[in-house]
Amino acid sequence: MTASTVGLEKKGPSGEQATLGRYVTNYVAKVRGGDMGALPAILGLITLTIIFSVARPVFFSAANFANLLSQGAAVTVIAMGLVFVLLLGEIDLSAGYASGVCAAVLATLLTTHGFPWYVAILGAVVTGVAIGVVIGLLVAKIGIPSFVVTLAAFLAFQGAVLLLIKGGTIISVDDPTIKKINFDGRFTPLQGWILYGVTIAALAALQLWKRTSRSRRGLAVEPVSVVALRVGSIAALMGVGVYVLNLERGRNILFSQKGVPMVVLLIGILLVIWTFVLGRTGYGRHLYAVGGNKEAARRAGINVDAIRISVFVICSGMAAVGGIITASRQASVDPNTGGSTVLLYAVGAAVIGGTSLFGGKGRVLDAVLGGAVVAVIENGMGLMQYSAGQKFIVTGVVLLAAAGIDALSRRRAAAAGLR
Amino acid sequence: MTDTPLLEVRGLNKSFGPVQVLRDVDFSAYAGQVTALVGDNGAGKSTLVKCLGGIYSIDSGEYLFDGKPVSVHGPRDAAALGVDIVYQDLALCDNLDIVQNMFLGREIKSGIVLDDITMEQKAAETLASLSVRTVQSVRQHVSSLSGGQRQTVAIAKAVLWNNRLVVLDEPTAALGVAQTAQVLELVRRLADNGLAVVLISHNMNDVFAVADRIAALFLGQMCAQVSATDVTHSQIVELITSGRSGDLGLRQNGATA
Repeated sequence: MTASTVGLEKKGPSGEQATLGRYVTNYVAKVRGGDMGALPAILGLITLTIIFSVARPVFFSAANFANLLSQGAAVTVIAMGLVFVLLLGEIDLSAGYASGVCAAVLATLLTTHGFPWYVAILGAVVTGVAIGVVIGLLVAKIGIPSFVVTLAAFLAFQGAVLLLIKGGTIISVDDPTIKKINFDGRFTPLQGWILYGVTIAALAALQLWKRTSRSRRGLAVEPVSVVALRVGSIAALMGVGVYVLNLERGRNILFSQKGVPMVVLLIGILLVIWTFVLGRTGYGRHLYAVGGNKEAARRAGINVDAIRISVFVICSGMAAVGGIITASRQASVDPNTGGSTVLLYAVGAAVIGGTSLFGGKGRVLDAVLGGAVVAVIENGMGLMQYSAGQKFIVTGVVLLAAAGIDALSRRRAAAAGLR
Repeated sequence: MTDTPLLEVRGLNKSFGPVQVLRDVDFSAYAGQVTALVGDNGAGKSTLVKCLGGIYSIDSGEYLFDGKPVSVHGPRDAAALGVDIVYQDLALCDNLDIVQNMFLGREIKSGIVLDDITMEQKAAETLASLSVRTVQSVRQHVSSLSGGQRQTVAIAKAVLWNNRLVVLDEPTAALGVAQTAQVLELVRRLADNGLAVVLISHNMNDVFAVADRIAALFLGQMCAQVSATDVTHSQIVELITSGRSGDLGLRQNGATA
């Protein structure tokens, strides 16, 4: 009731010209109301980085930074796919082993059958898409809960990996193109800076274009200072990143290692594509609608079943990309590829980043931020020589904490919204 | 009433298996007027409305729109005529903002990209045309809105699509006093803007506050369609509970007054 009287003043429905101060006040109110977005992930990232840097100075080195990116890449990409499934309030427990199956398909095609790299990649992605279609049909058309379908798939895919690589041997992946993805592919420092410049210019142009076209139509716009601050801070952060990655990190002058790893560009492209799909297309809008209120979406004429199938296709497709990245990093595929902690790390990454397990809330960027947190924990604890057991427990606790924050903020948002 | 009703049904029958829910129902709604549809639980209000909205097919009877007979076989046919139903459970997505909800399923696009700016502008215009001042920003998430504001958004959504007849199913059922007043004011304004409004309500105060005409259903039969100024509160209550009141309502043989 208080909410409705607030607006009874002179403001029109879209009036209210915001200032920087007002913007900050609104943001604080939003966070206090339970909509924390990526805040926990960013704070966690900063805290963890400081702790590990103090405890193990080597953590804060250029070499380790590059290592961190390549370590976290596969989990991040799988988490991006999971965001779509989580947006509908569903879960895909098979995403980890789906990536394993696709990696095994890739390795088999490349090494055993001698196909060129593009055929192998196509084979892996098609396998992922096919897996997604089957899971999606089982969930949407037959009506088995996604939890059960993907739990069954989790076990079955584990078997599929074993069968594909003939019972526990290791298939090596030697193709130079595949290895470029996440093993030894690096941009030269100059290429790195060019990519950086193009990205920042595009970002700034997009923000400005959005702002001017809104103000031309007389709609409320963000203050220039907010836009400048946003673009500026992203530019600064990425600039530092590119600078550090361009430092020489090889121990031996003969084996020079410097430049931005190619996998960073791959993640960047995927991030842009999926963010565009979610935020700016009708499909993305419908996806949020189905995640928020399935009945409302159905009444609005949205094909709910098609949307539900599509998210599993995207998730498994992205798992395939994750599998390719893993195969590239390991330069091989073994029965454990995509197994062990991969799935939990990926779910953790999405949730830590701010994607809700209850559906309707999440962004692809969440997967990247959360993936960074997970990679930092994994990497930092490894450097501090904790055992695998301790790492598992800590990551489990972090995932639980993220899910707890999600559940609590949801309650808080409900309380704030319906007051 | 000399002018033709925007929507008229004559002799409408509807059964679910052996149960006849609507029996020879006549009903009409006029542009620029609020027609209240009253009746006790189980009288057939919802069934009648769903027949109008094309969700249920009718067994027999005539469906006239603008004086011309039309056939409505599904919600899409009704939507094409410009008939929209705002249901009691509002069917809004909490996680989307007001604009996104108002355009859900019918987004404006340029190419494959959503044209958010145009949508926001149109939504703001629609709310302004209904003199809605209770929402701070059209970019607010629906989860942050009060019950009355949600109802307002749901009604505005129906108006946005240039519908000609809007059916409101108990729009004030869950609202407080002030919010009820706001929503009723909005209902009145819809009619004043030239729409035909059908208001389902159990609350006689609401009915007499906004309705021009009152149609009372009793056990699946239309017992009276009268002008709101011609009847009293207690007469309507009698019609709802017993199907007749003085010389109004059903005769013993079932004919209507």
